[in-house]
This record gives sequence, structure tokens and C-alpha cells, in this order.
Amino acid sequence: MIEGNRIVTATDAKTQQTWLVEVFVSLKPAVNDPQGLAIRDGLHMLGYDEVEDVRAGKYMQLHLTGADQSAVEARVTEMCEQLLANTVIESYRFDVRPVSE
Amino acid sequence: MTTRYAVITFPGSNGEHDALKAVELGLGMPVEAVWYKETDLDRFDALLLPGGFSYGDYLRPGAIARFAPIMAAVEEFASSGGPVLGICNGFQVLTESGLLPGALLRNQSLEFRCSWLHVRTETTRTVWTAQLDEGEVLHLPIAHGDGRYFAEPELLQELEANKQIVFRYSSPTGERDSSVNPNGSVDDIAGICNRVGNVVGLMPHPERAYDELIGGDDGVKILSAVIGAGVSAATGS
Repeated sequence: MIEGNRIVTATDAKTQQTWLVEVFVSLKPAVNDPQGLAIRDGLHMLGYDEVEDVRAGKYMQLHLTGADQSAVEARVTEMCEQLLANTVIESYRFDVRPVSE
Repeated sequence: MTTRYAVITFPGSNGEHDALKAVELGLGMPVEAVWYKETDLDRFDALLLPGGFSYGDYLRPGAIARFAPIMAAVEEFASSGGPVLGICNGFQVLTESGLLPGALLRNQSLEFRCSWLHVRTETTRTVWTAQLDEGEVLHLPIAHGDGRYFAEPELLQELEANKQIVFRYSSPTGERDSSVNPNGSVDDIAGICNRVGNVVGLMPHPERAYDELIGGDDGVKILSAVIGAGVSAATGS
């Protein structure tokens, strides 16, 4: 088939996989987290005395397209380094999984 | 000598009018608000990045503003030696963009702090503190929720060694006193500069202290320091 002036082949279409990326950003261990401490104190007030420590962070879902898992991981690492996390104070990790259409 | 100031304004900035009034009424210098979509700063001698909540502080304060169209020109202006002052949210934008080291975090108390306090001048080597004396105490207002300056121990040593710590929270007589630190910032740091000393960021608001009528005029000593101070470096001509 022809899209615009570009010929789209079956193999092109096959490379367009959709992915769900879940990104977790949290403060580095050396950085004091007063929000986490406030949440911990709240849990204690509710009687959950077994809670020893709470660290608060951010959770983001990205829906994106990419050729394969390693290509997606490389791109998302760039996104985390440039914007999603401030690596002066935060660390990040993410999970990548394919989404069936 | 005429010094032309720009006030870089992002969606969500709210201190731009204070900055405009401070330069106009406090310094009597020409000043213009520059919208974030602009890309040219050649007509200016000094830049102010005002306080507020650029892009709603989404993700992290300053994180999105850093990619605004005007920021390429701000970085160019800074790297050519032009004087840049980041106030409050402007300070956050400068750390996020890497023009200043370290980062700013949620206040230790988790409370928004709005009050007048004192800071001690730690170095006069920056273009913005050249008119002050080392140890000079300034009376300035603060208004922020994310002002806890953070730097890892190695960076902190580097800042100290390079004289990049510009202001510290202090008692009215200039003694270090962590009980007057409003946000839990490391080493009571209220403001820092880059290696060269032309880019300064601070949490207090000098532009809200330009006349005794509004509570004090110590801010003028910072804002006016760049008037005629070799600012032609900024235009590269």
C-alpha cells in the first residue's frame, strides 16, 4: 500500500509495536523525604505501628511505539535523564511491556 | 549608564510585575517583560527570572520551563557572561536547566513559608553582590514551598571552595542560626552562583524589597549591582 509518497511494507507495519512503560521516580536515599515521614506518621496514627519507613515518589505511565524492547529502553532512559527525573536528587526505574492491540 | 533589564515570563510566573516595578521604580532603569515564546535577548544587559509557579510546578518546579523557547537564549546570554538573576521559581528554573548546580526540594516543614527574614552575604565576587560587603545582612521577604536547597557533600565542598555560596539564612546580626532557616536547606544556603559568578539564584525576593514603603529596600542593593558593571559582555559586541 502507499501512504503519501512512502511505500509501507508488511515488515514496516510489523516493526510498529505498542508498549506500556511504567516509570517510578523516587528521592535518592541520601535525600531527606519529609513527605514520606509525614505519611509514615499518619499510618502510625491509624495504628499501623509496624511501618518503619515510607519513601514517597512519582509513578508515570507512558504509552509509546517502538521497534523492540531494547530500543524502547534506550529511549525511555533518555527521557528519564532529560526530564522525568532530576538525577541530582532522584533515582528512577521502569518496566516495559508490549501492549496487544 | 543605562542598563536594560529583561524579566523572563513563563506561563504561571507571578512575580514578573514585582520585578518590573522594582526595576522601574526602585532603580529607574528600562525594563521589559519577555514572554517565554520569544527567542532573542540581544537588546538586554541583565536578565531576571521571576518567582511564581511556571507550568504549575508540574513534575518538579522549573522542570518544564527549562525547555521553553526562550531558554536557549537565556543559556547563551549566561554562557557569554551576561548577568542572570533567578529569584525563587527563577532559581528553580536555573538549577533544573543546569545553569546552577544542586537542586531545590519541598520545604522540610512541608509548609509554604511566607515572611521577612535575614540573609548574610557570603561572597561579593558575583556581579549581583559586588556592591555589598562580605558579611552584610539583608532584610528580605520569602514566599515558597520548595526552597530546600540540596547538594551532595562533594558538591557542597566544591561550592565552598569556589566561593559559590552567595547568601545564607542568618540572625539579624549575621550569625549562622539554623533555627531561622525557613526550609531546611543544606548549610542554611539561601543563594548560590555559577563558577564564573554571573549567574546567581536565591530563594528570597529582592524585587519585593525596593522601597521602605513596602517593608524595606535592601533588594535594591542586589538588583542595582549590575548597573554599568561590564554588562556589555552580554551582547558579545
